[in-house]
Amino acid sequence: MGRYVARRLLQMIPVFIGTTLLIFLMVYTLPGDPVRGLFGDKGADPATLAAMRHQLGLDQPILQQYWNYMTGIVLHFDFGNQIASGRPVTDVLGDAFPVTLRLAGMAFLIEIVLGIGLGMVAGLRAGRLADNAVLVVTLLIISIPVFVLGFIVKSVFAFQLGWIEPNVSGEAKWDELIAPAIVLGSLSLAYVARLTRTTMAENLRSDYMRTAVAKGLPKRRIVGVHLMRNSLIPVVTFLGTDLGALMGGAVVTEGLFNVKGIGGTIYESIVRREGTTLVGLVTVLVLVYLFMSLLVDLLYAVLDPRIRYA
Amino acid sequence: MRGAKSAKWVAGAALIALAATACGGGSDSGKGKDDSGTGAVNANGIFSVEVGEPQNPLQPANTMESNGSIVTDAIFSQLVDYDPAGKLVMVNAESVDTKDSKLWTVKLKKDWKFHDGTPVTAESYVKAWNWAANIKNAQTNASWFADIKGFADVHPEDEKAKPKADAMSGLKVVDDYTFTIELNNPLPYFSYKLGYTVFSPLPESFYADPKAAGEKPVGNGAYKFVSWDHKKQIKVVRYDDYKGPDKAKNGGVIFKNYTTLETAYEDLKSGNVDVLRQIAPKDLPVYRSDLGDRAVDKPYSAIQTLGVAMYTKQWKNTDPKVLQGLSMAIDRDTITKTVLQGTREPATGWVAKGVLGYQPNVAGDVTTYNPTKAKALIKEGGGVPGNKIYIQFNADGGHKEWVEAVCNSITQATGVACAGDSKADFQADLNARDAKQVKSFYRGGWVLDYPVNANFISDLFRTGAAGNNGFFSNKDLDKKIAAADSAATLDESVKGYQEIEKELVNFMPTIPLWYYKVNAGYSEKVQNVQYAQDGDPILTQVQVKK
Repeated sequence: MGRYVARRLLQMIPVFIGTTLLIFLMVYTLPGDPVRGLFGDKGADPATLAAMRHQLGLDQPILQQYWNYMTGIVLHFDFGNQIASGRPVTDVLGDAFPVTLRLAGMAFLIEIVLGIGLGMVAGLRAGRLADNAVLVVTLLIISIPVFVLGFIVKSVFAFQLGWIEPNVSGEAKWDELIAPAIVLGSLSLAYVARLTRTTMAENLRSDYMRTAVAKGLPKRRIVGVHLMRNSLIPVVTFLGTDLGALMGGAVVTEGLFNVKGIGGTIYESIVRREGTTLVGLVTVLVLVYLFMSLLVDLLYAVLDPRIRYA
Repeated sequence: MRGAKSAKWVAGAALIALAATACGGGSDSGKGKDDSGTGAVNANGIFSVEVGEPQNPLQPANTMESNGSIVTDAIFSQLVDYDPAGKLVMVNAESVDTKDSKLWTVKLKKDWKFHDGTPVTAESYVKAWNWAANIKNAQTNASWFADIKGFADVHPEDEKAKPKADAMSGLKVVDDYTFTIELNNPLPYFSYKLGYTVFSPLPESFYADPKAAGEKPVGNGAYKFVSWDHKKQIKVVRYDDYKGPDKAKNGGVIFKNYTTLETAYEDLKSGNVDVLRQIAPKDLPVYRSDLGDRAVDKPYSAIQTLGVAMYTKQWKNTDPKVLQGLSMAIDRDTITKTVLQGTREPATGWVAKGVLGYQPNVAGDVTTYNPTKAKALIKEGGGVPGNKIYIQFNADGGHKEWVEAVCNSITQATGVACAGDSKADFQADLNARDAKQVKSFYRGGWVLDYPVNANFISDLFRTGAAGNNGFFSNKDLDKKIAAADSAATLDESVKGYQEIEKELVNFMPTIPLWYYKVNAGYSEKVQNVQYAQDGDPILTQVQVKK
């Protein structure tokens, strides 16, 4: 187990370097220059352009820039400064991450509770009315694009009924985040419900379930321990990677509800060619993904003791 | 398969219900009482304005884009300002005088103080300008000081050269409240430039840590900086010791950060933000009925043009008559009314309205739609080389629709094939312009910096001007621009530029399309919301209702 974790952690290093280098190169190859972009239609003064590039180290070769940047991160936890504002990227991340983490966390919670709950209801009553109802609802959610869903939620609950404010304020309070969290989590919720439903329906027919029933165990124990534990393996796999996806994929939802989180910052950094900000963001997201997938792999053993780590 | 069928029904019903609510929500809130009149006013009331996150630190010489400049303009006052008619008004200056348009004497009002209590002196200006012009400080607006003698010493043109001096020789402090500015050449409208943010004074505390000062600016303006919660809001409050003519009629402003115009508009309707600067295209068809009297629809001094890439094979040796013909093939009236939903006004020249020296219909019939004449002119000029043109635009700016409309108009009228050349975003668009890769036309826009017609001519069509993205060059015209710049008086200079504008029709350095309008709105909480020539709301005039 310890060796397994150590090996997984070591594997993270090349993944980490590879992804950051890729992002760095991708931003670099995009047409358009972040410094020139500051000047807009009015045109730029070449001497000022050159001076700004020099101060930011943008006049160095790309690999040199990458090297400087990565050593900054690894050795001093220094993510560099934003090109336009001159703010340290760590500050920018520090502003954006807590908000998105809260939003993603709430979405995640909704997804787990409702998703698994609905999946259980459907799985235990496979083929009956409840199952069909869940099937319909999840199908509906999966087929509606996120921005349409967001628009619907806003126009019904904010404008028509007046239950919620249409947009999230600067403080991003918990109650304001409920609506965007539902929108953000809904797609994954549908997948979680379907995954749970399918594996449960399948496992219901397996031998060990029959044995458990034949032993005369109480229903709660059969479903709670025997059925759920086995059925959750694919669900946990999905949930693990989904937390990363929720954080990175919030671009649309955050834009719709004016949430000042990671999604918007990623979008803005791409538009403004803010390579350093973007790489900083992606670095943190890559770390989230890596740790989540490690966590998922370790969770397998808890759910199914037959799984061994080598 | 009964289940599947009923599912379809559920989905259909849900969608119809939603479509109905989406429409109903909009018009309902518009039925509120329209009272833009005179309710009881709370002189200390604070209101909020929609902005985006400023790109740069809030240093006056470093702020070019609108999200930052609206804030720096609130915190900093300059020597002069303009009234809505474009006339000069003294603000921090007692007087700005010159005899020969080359040596200017500025006398300051004596009782002005920065927000930290230190007095505003001649030194506050001279030092600030020298700092901002210095290449070492890499301020985006440094080139604004280029008129001043000695600029080349602190800001060498060569990209690698080091500055030879720390101060411009043209700036001299005479006494505490008087300083002189000597220019390289006479410039009759120089005093007008002084109203631009870049010419703000800076307090002594700025130089200790310019970066920190950009996060917490200390100015001399009508509002005092309170806090900047990044990406959320910037708060300023009225500076009670302010001595300028534009004292704030409200307690302060919160600049609220929005990622999209749509969300800002929703918040306006639900009362979470008070003043908008712009309405999103999606909401334009409904905003007048939604807001009633609180909907703003007013021209401001900005113009959109089709820039001609003069360096291309297509235009290098082509008769300007062809460009005149193409211009006449654009049905500006119909496009501004339909595609642009009345948010623009057809242009009849190169200088926007609200600017000193604006003359209506200066381009003659070149800007009126006339397919027959358009065809004739193009034929006379030898036809469009390749018989196909491209209009370059940035896809992230909402330009696609009108570019297509312009293209259709040209093709229908003249048979010349026309296609939009879309660049992914503004950065890529600028890149192609700088690298001389524009195929034939590019979308150009220009908002005034100072309300003199020179700003729309010299800064756009002079050889080598920074805004001259089409690389238009004409020696004769350059000479005339130089002559107008060195005219003895402002009036003569403006007249000189008016003559030049009349001649532009013979060269067609750009094809004028339309003037911009402010399409905005404000909440029921505020009144007396007006918009300046640059399209920004005049914050100090806004009154908050009780």
